[in-house]
Amino acid sequence: MSTSYDAHHPPRRDVLDECVHCGFCLPTCPTYAVTGLETESPRGRIYMMDLAARGEIGVDEAFGEHIDSCLGCLACVTACPSGVQYDKLIESVRPQVERNVPRTRADTLFRGLVFALFPHPGRLRVAALGGIVYQRTGLRALVHRLGLIDRLPARLRALESLLPPVTVRALFTRTPERTRPSGPVRLRVGLLAGCAQRVFFGDVNAATVRVLAAEGCDVLVPRDRQCCGALSVHAGREEEGLARARATIEMFERYRLDVVVANVAGCGSTLKEYADLLADDPAWAERAKAFSAKVRDISELLAELTPRAPRHPISTRVAYHDACHLSNAQKIRSQPRAVLRSIPDLQLHDIAEAELCCGSAGIYNLVEPETAEELGRRKAKHLEAVTPDVVVTANAGCLLQIRRFLDTGIPLLHPVQLVDASIRGVDPL
Amino acid sequence: MEHSALRAEFVAAIGADAVLDDPVSLRSYECDGLTGFRVVPEFVLLPTDTAQVAAAVAICARHTVPFVARGAGTCLSGGSLPVAEGVVISLQKLRSVLEIDVENRRAVVQPGVTNLDVSKAVAEYGLYFAPDPSSQQVCTIGGNVAENSGGAHCLKYGFTVHHIHEVQVVLPDGAVTTLGAPSPHQPGYDLLGAFVGSEGTLGIVTRITVKLLATPTAVRTLVADFPSVEQAGDTVTGMIASGIVPAAVEMMDALALEAVEASVQAGYSLDTAAALLVELDGPPAEVATQFAEIEQLCKDNGTTKLVIAPTPEARAAMWKGRKAAFAAVGRISPNYFVQDGVVPRTRLAEALVRISEMADEAGLRVANVFHAGDGNLHPLVLYSEQAGEHDRAEHLSTAIAELCVDLGGSLSGEHGIGTDKACSMPRQYSDVDLATMTLLRKAFDPDEICNPGKLLPTPRLCGDRPGPHRAHPLEAAGIIERI
Repeated sequence: MSTSYDAHHPPRRDVLDECVHCGFCLPTCPTYAVTGLETESPRGRIYMMDLAARGEIGVDEAFGEHIDSCLGCLACVTACPSGVQYDKLIESVRPQVERNVPRTRADTLFRGLVFALFPHPGRLRVAALGGIVYQRTGLRALVHRLGLIDRLPARLRALESLLPPVTVRALFTRTPERTRPSGPVRLRVGLLAGCAQRVFFGDVNAATVRVLAAEGCDVLVPRDRQCCGALSVHAGREEEGLARARATIEMFERYRLDVVVANVAGCGSTLKEYADLLADDPAWAERAKAFSAKVRDISELLAELTPRAPRHPISTRVAYHDACHLSNAQKIRSQPRAVLRSIPDLQLHDIAEAELCCGSAGIYNLVEPETAEELGRRKAKHLEAVTPDVVVTANAGCLLQIRRFLDTGIPLLHPVQLVDASIRGVDPL
Repeated sequence: MEHSALRAEFVAAIGADAVLDDPVSLRSYECDGLTGFRVVPEFVLLPTDTAQVAAAVAICARHTVPFVARGAGTCLSGGSLPVAEGVVISLQKLRSVLEIDVENRRAVVQPGVTNLDVSKAVAEYGLYFAPDPSSQQVCTIGGNVAENSGGAHCLKYGFTVHHIHEVQVVLPDGAVTTLGAPSPHQPGYDLLGAFVGSEGTLGIVTRITVKLLATPTAVRTLVADFPSVEQAGDTVTGMIASGIVPAAVEMMDALALEAVEASVQAGYSLDTAAALLVELDGPPAEVATQFAEIEQLCKDNGTTKLVIAPTPEARAAMWKGRKAAFAAVGRISPNYFVQDGVVPRTRLAEALVRISEMADEAGLRVANVFHAGDGNLHPLVLYSEQAGEHDRAEHLSTAIAELCVDLGGSLSGEHGIGTDKACSMPRQYSDVDLATMTLLRKAFDPDEICNPGKLLPTPRLCGDRPGPHRAHPLEAAGIIERI
């Protein structure tokens, strides 16, 4: 049987064979929800991967288009009764497409720009500063008034509108490298500061550090501008992703930690995946395994730790959005809810179509802006339907994406910010 | 007709975006839930409303091009298998709930809405749509109408046909008509009755007025283990004899339980020969009395463990396991066939013993999961394609279906005849019976362009054998070729 894949990690035959074509994944797939096309569904994508494995279709543009359009939200993995590991399949097929399907010049340039910017906090900070100037000087208003914004290609428009309202001070606030708890130390915890996270959501990192310290953790935050590689891995840039994985492991190994905490769902899921990603690298397999075993999402860790710091009531209606890389990739659904419910008077509400991705998905909303926009609108509508005082989600990408489409009167927070406000007894907004 | 000329007509009628003919797209539509049969269509169309469906069908009719309607493509009998040089008309762009009439307990929906989404849309009014095929989270109302779908609760509530007021249909010549009416008991031929369950051979449904029921005030569910399938079967017979009509009575044997538990961890036992899932619903007092009777019946028949769902979540987990059973079998076997035969309830135990003997003779495993209340079996014949067990499994599967007919039952309870069992129809029906059905079909579709080759046996198809795709004997001999 001749195959259309190259020899480097093609999708595994035994994993492809798990799919029985039942279609239970269809309703939870965001691209299927938007298009209704079989080729834009997990079942269809697995079918195409299988045809390519049998050499019946090529790994070409027509094939790559449907792989590129997958958000990688993994809602299908949650829905699948047969236990198909679609995560494994898409992760082996994306690099195949990346290596074997030539991209247009414009696409290559744009992806190059995204990857030259987002995984580099230093550069991103400068760009964000430019963004603040753009927003504050009236330039943005002018661009919008003159209708210039509508003339921009959809991808640049997406880039423009994702820029969150951030202050210069917030932009340059750095998280201290070490924060000791007031009482006895329960755990030595390392926190991944993130890339876009530390630039745009320094306040979330600050809240995470305060909550961990209040709960008796000795918190260490490496200052290195080290990207964890999540964006690269999710986009099929395998070598780049693996290099970042190794560097991240090395960075945290300096500290002798009990736990490594992530407060970005997308980063956390990749940190946990290092063990698999580096499994066939003899020099790193063991180190990666030991590292991944220590990784926890902040909500996961807080749910494990019996609360030590008393919670003050916050009377507010909260709509909770499941970040895909938390709920599907890490199977963390009950923990953030439990952590939020530990706050007295807080009313937590789930939303319709909770399993459907908001369209953020790493760099997806930048490279596939039309689908992302439709999903963003759909998510905002369901969030607004529960008339929340605040919307809460545990991923930087989701926060940026949802902010674009949500009624401007509704603030967005990371769950740990509510916990922080509750411990400190302050108004979270 | 020339491909490009036909393409131009479709594009003019429904737009270029709605006409697919690139090889990758076409191949992704080559099979439905029954992957053993594969045919690549010439076009896939995605109309967005009734007018577009009618326009597309009219073009097909004008040029005598066969077409097949497709919902979510979950059919287990190959009902939405494409026709070579034919058109697949996907209803996945018609996914809106158009109207909810709470007072009259009706909803008007488009065919691409999933079964479960109908119930979700009306849940806030305390209403739901009763038919609940196990694939309800994905299968569409249009497909439910075509297949007259049942589900676990059809024992008490009946099939899809009992829950449809009216359908708007595009006939095979492209005309649009309405069958049925918003209120029951209409004069004239019961064409709605004929249409529901016609497996897509009489036209394409484009709008459905469904009947809604009030959500029962009380629901109680139990799972009882039994040391043998006979004892479980006797319990079911006892229940029905006592006059109780449970909302659902499902049975699973040891193999099915193993698969289900691996998939959902709902707390099913792994060390029992059979388990019954029994659900009662209705007014609280009635449910309480009958539930006690059923508990007693289970004990009288030697249940070894009886678990009552303590919370709605536990109940949901029990059902999730049962409803995912087919696909879950993918975890314990690389390949499987699902059968759908019906036997008179009183012959359940006998059928199961025979099936087990036949499986032993064939040297294969058969997992059983079924609607015990109405005798609708779903034997899953497990096999390994790689180990060369395919043909043996296929023979066993067909033999089981025919056993059901011989025991006084039926080839299919709810999955439909489709492509899979068309050739077995003469086993159940006489020539005159089949000729009468053909008369009806021809009255709607004289040119045989509407889902041809399904439901009724045709000499061409029945030269083929069911199973994974293989060349037709004439094809293999080089006499004909597949394009």
